[in-house]
Amino acid sequence: MIATAWTILRKDLAIELRTRESVPAMALFSVSVFILFHFGSGRDTLTGDLASGVLWMTLLLATVLGVNRLFVADREQGGIDGMLLAPIDRTSIFLAKAAALLLYLLLLEVVALPAFALLLLGTSLLDALPELLAIVLLADIGLACVGALVAALAAETRARDLIVPLLLLPLVVPVVIAAGSATEPLFSTAAAPQELARWLGFLGLYDMVFLLLSVAIFDYLLED
Amino acid sequence: MYGRGLRTLSIATVIATVAAFGLIFFYAPNDADQGFIQKIFYVHVPLAIVALGGFVAGGIMAIRYLRSGDRSWDLRSYVAIHLSVILGLGVLVTGAIWAKASWGHWWVWNEPTLVSFLIIFLLYACYQPLRFSIEDPERQARYAAVFAIVAGAFVPLNFAAVRMAEAFTHPRVLSTTGGNLPGEMRLTFLISLLAMTLLFITLWKLELTAKHAREQLKRLRRKLEPAT
Repeated sequence: MIATAWTILRKDLAIELRTRESVPAMALFSVSVFILFHFGSGRDTLTGDLASGVLWMTLLLATVLGVNRLFVADREQGGIDGMLLAPIDRTSIFLAKAAALLLYLLLLEVVALPAFALLLLGTSLLDALPELLAIVLLADIGLACVGALVAALAAETRARDLIVPLLLLPLVVPVVIAAGSATEPLFSTAAAPQELARWLGFLGLYDMVFLLLSVAIFDYLLED
Repeated sequence: MYGRGLRTLSIATVIATVAAFGLIFFYAPNDADQGFIQKIFYVHVPLAIVALGGFVAGGIMAIRYLRSGDRSWDLRSYVAIHLSVILGLGVLVTGAIWAKASWGHWWVWNEPTLVSFLIIFLLYACYQPLRFSIEDPERQARYAAVFAIVAGAFVPLNFAAVRMAEAFTHPRVLSTTGGNLPGEMRLTFLISLLAMTLLFITLWKLELTAKHAREQLKRLRRKLEPAT
């Protein structure tokens, strides 16, 4: 199953490497949103809860773009039918798609975090980096699981571009709450109470629940 | 097939609802702190509990559908979620009225239960758009079931997250001790909850019967058509 998932993931990465569709779009989009937030809020630098809110909102909106594109190539070129005809475990398709989305998100953050620090952040990013990386990684795993599931759910509907944000945004509210609250003290100038472990624990729980749930029910989504 | 026992159930619902309203208005004492407006509690909280129960029940029925492939379970799940969304609207409206009366604002953000309920309501509001944007009926049932299961698992997670983030201001009447309600209020509340549950089940059965009858009618019409 892991080997199959690896093959599908390599195929997705090869497509992404040649077309350069998702990741550059997500990165550009995130920078545009930072600029919008600068003019929308009328501030040059952000700190504390405002900074963490803007960062996570932007990452989330960029995630919606990535989720929208996740099954596009497969559907247009008949890749889904090919994968369904092959004698493979359907779960490996989910694992590959979630891993691809996770990689896209990490690449997005390689661009978005420095851009955010440069454009808007009022405190030093480097000081916050170790904790922030842990939060980002756990949040990304959750976003990748839910994103892959929602992408598969929406792939066969008529209005999928509408269905993806409608379904995804309420489902990831807990991620925003946890990641945003965990990031807030890292970005504030005044000493704030640290509750990092609690929020990381919650993110880990969220990741576990949605990973297990997706693995359990993904079989029913791609079946014909 | 679905209509069996509907009459007895309806009569029981009417009795329970009348009893609940009688108790609310003539038996339960006015709240010392909030006065008469507190009585909306007997509608708001049972509505919320029944709606959440309906969402979870919809998820469980969806699991049964995926397990058995029996379309009647999909219909049951669909009707349960559909009804719960309607009740959910009632929860938000009565909640806002109560919030306005007792806290002075229509909407209170540092109020975990209200906020979590809104998020869950928004998520389930997508159930119908998702369902009806899929044309193939078999696939429609399968995707709707997957959604119902995911959303059902999301309900407790979401409550945990919102509660962790906010201060506790909600009157937590159903906490571990079973609440600090005096006996008369508790009795009224339990009867109201019973009435609301019966109402939900009756409406659910009624809707199932109606949908089933419509389908039968369609089938019979189709049979008649070539003859004429």
